[in-house]
Amino acid sequence: MPAVWLDLGIAAAKTLLVLLMVLNLSAILLWVERKGSALIQDRIGANRANILGGLLPFNLGIVNTLIADPIKMFTKEDVVPAGADKVLHFLGPFLAVFPVVVTFAAIPFGDVLVIGDRTIDLQVAGLNVGILYVLAMSSLAVYGVVLGGWASNSRWALLGAIRGSAQMISYEIAMGLALIGAIMTFGTLDLQEIARAQGAHVLGVIPAWGILYQPLGFLIFLVAGVAETKRVPFDLPEGESELISGYFTEYSGSKQAAFMLSDFAEIVVVSGLATTLFFGGWQVPFLGREGWNLPGGVTLAMPHLAVVALQLVSFTVKVFALCCLQILVRWSLPRYRYDQLMDLGWKRLLPLALVNVLVTGLVIVLAS
Amino acid sequence: MGSLAFAILAVLLVASALTVVVHPNPVKSAMALVVALFLLAVTFVLLEAHMIAALQVIVYAGAIMVLFLFVIMLLSLERENPEAQPHPPTGLRVVAWMGGGVLAAELCWLLVRQPLPPPAQAAADYGSAQAVARSLYTDFLLPFELTSILLLVAVVGAVILAQRRRP
Amino acid sequence: MVPISWYLALSAVLFAIGVTGVLVRRNLIVIFMAIELMLNAVNLSFVALARQLGSVDGQVVVFFVMVVAAAEAAVGLAIIIAAFRSRPTVFADEFTLLKG
Repeated sequence: MPAVWLDLGIAAAKTLLVLLMVLNLSAILLWVERKGSALIQDRIGANRANILGGLLPFNLGIVNTLIADPIKMFTKEDVVPAGADKVLHFLGPFLAVFPVVVTFAAIPFGDVLVIGDRTIDLQVAGLNVGILYVLAMSSLAVYGVVLGGWASNSRWALLGAIRGSAQMISYEIAMGLALIGAIMTFGTLDLQEIARAQGAHVLGVIPAWGILYQPLGFLIFLVAGVAETKRVPFDLPEGESELISGYFTEYSGSKQAAFMLSDFAEIVVVSGLATTLFFGGWQVPFLGREGWNLPGGVTLAMPHLAVVALQLVSFTVKVFALCCLQILVRWSLPRYRYDQLMDLGWKRLLPLALVNVLVTGLVIVLAS
Repeated sequence: MGSLAFAILAVLLVASALTVVVHPNPVKSAMALVVALFLLAVTFVLLEAHMIAALQVIVYAGAIMVLFLFVIMLLSLERENPEAQPHPPTGLRVVAWMGGGVLAAELCWLLVRQPLPPPAQAAADYGSAQAVARSLYTDFLLPFELTSILLLVAVVGAVILAQRRRP
Repeated sequence: MVPISWYLALSAVLFAIGVTGVLVRRNLIVIFMAIELMLNAVNLSFVALARQLGSVDGQVVVFFVMVVAAAEAAVGLAIIIAAFRSRPTVFADEFTLLKG
């Protein structure tokens, strides 16, 4: 088989894997959201759904709901409001989902997989400007909001769209500046290199994860990321108690499913990026490519596939933990008022991020 | 494979550029321009200018065009219908399109008449952020500082120009 | 590698489309978008020639063009908004105060 086809096949397999991971994680997060919020609010949550009018005599609780919900969403009638621009109405959900899913192409989910004599880098696209690519795709996500609101020909939607897009472009700046500290620390824009660089150990015991070097950067990035995805406490553009559904009020059926999917997928993307930059990505403490390198000089060899599996599991666990953190924050905090929100983005996070860059630069220059 | 990618990109680029110029609805023109700018970033990747491609999406397609869309939404709140907007007289329109066609044909003829020698061998990190930054902060340091002043002036100017007059 | 002349020809075509846009349209914002199209066509030829010569200096110039275009877009749109306040229209034909 010519080498080109094999390369294409491997790339396609990696893309499929990442896509499935994102979509499945989004579905699981829906379940975590419903049952987790129920747990926090001391209630039971969704636990009943009748499939095919009682054809299935048992009730598997949330499982039924997770099957019934997507079926309902995809079979509902697609209503386009009168006077709405049909092309733009159709384009809105697409532009909301596309950048979010595509961002995951640059995030590494493992070190290398060695099959025979091929070394496969476990990252869909090994870009040397990985972080810039991620920032570029997040800045495209604004169009989904803007078009969704504008094309709906409805004042709730337009209000939500204007608020949402202004919020998103404001917090993009704080997010980018928070990342600069991490870029300066690791000296590269390539996400796989950054993940590899966090395999070292400080004082032989503490893993050199990004959060050790950039605690303030991590906090700013997390806050800006949550604001970017328009989740509580920054969900005024969606404003469930004020604007019905904000910019996706006039969407029903599969287009609304697309917006919901983009919402959950963005949580996964922010968690994935935070994991890679601040929590070591796929690194397991003391695990090298050949096996365990415990402190005290003890080495335990491990088969290659076990190492890869451990790295994959570590990545998934870290991303999932950060997603659960975001869901916990959602159900614990009240909503920011809009001027407080913009105030936070421009007058507090932006100067803090600049101070972070300054201090990081000073430390790097003084330490060398 | 490279020629096929270039051919598809060229066709899509010209199509979206024509949509920008021809379509009566300004929102659709703006979206066509976003598509054109994104495709242009893909073309930059074909030319191995990765950093500039990412910057093109971040700055142009992600920020400047959002600004355009905001202004269009603020200013043209009624739906477009082609009869209502003014056009130059048909004769002048024909002359303008012919002029554009002649310009394009002339430039293309000049360019393909004498083909360029094969491109120079590029360094290993050509087009990466490190290479661009190395040149930017050493050879082009003064213009870099001047552009930061320019941006400050532009921000202040835009805020003052767009402010409502205090009564 | 596609010959660099083809990229330059594509840039020329985009530039010509931008020029036609400025001449044919009357909506100020669409004229502005055609100007941005022209700037991007020039960016494309800079990047293509940078590749031809194997030097990153062309890309640095593209960086500066992008910055200047951003500043110009911000100020230009602010001027359009200010003009809209005095006469509520975005069509160039209707600003006739200086017409003879």
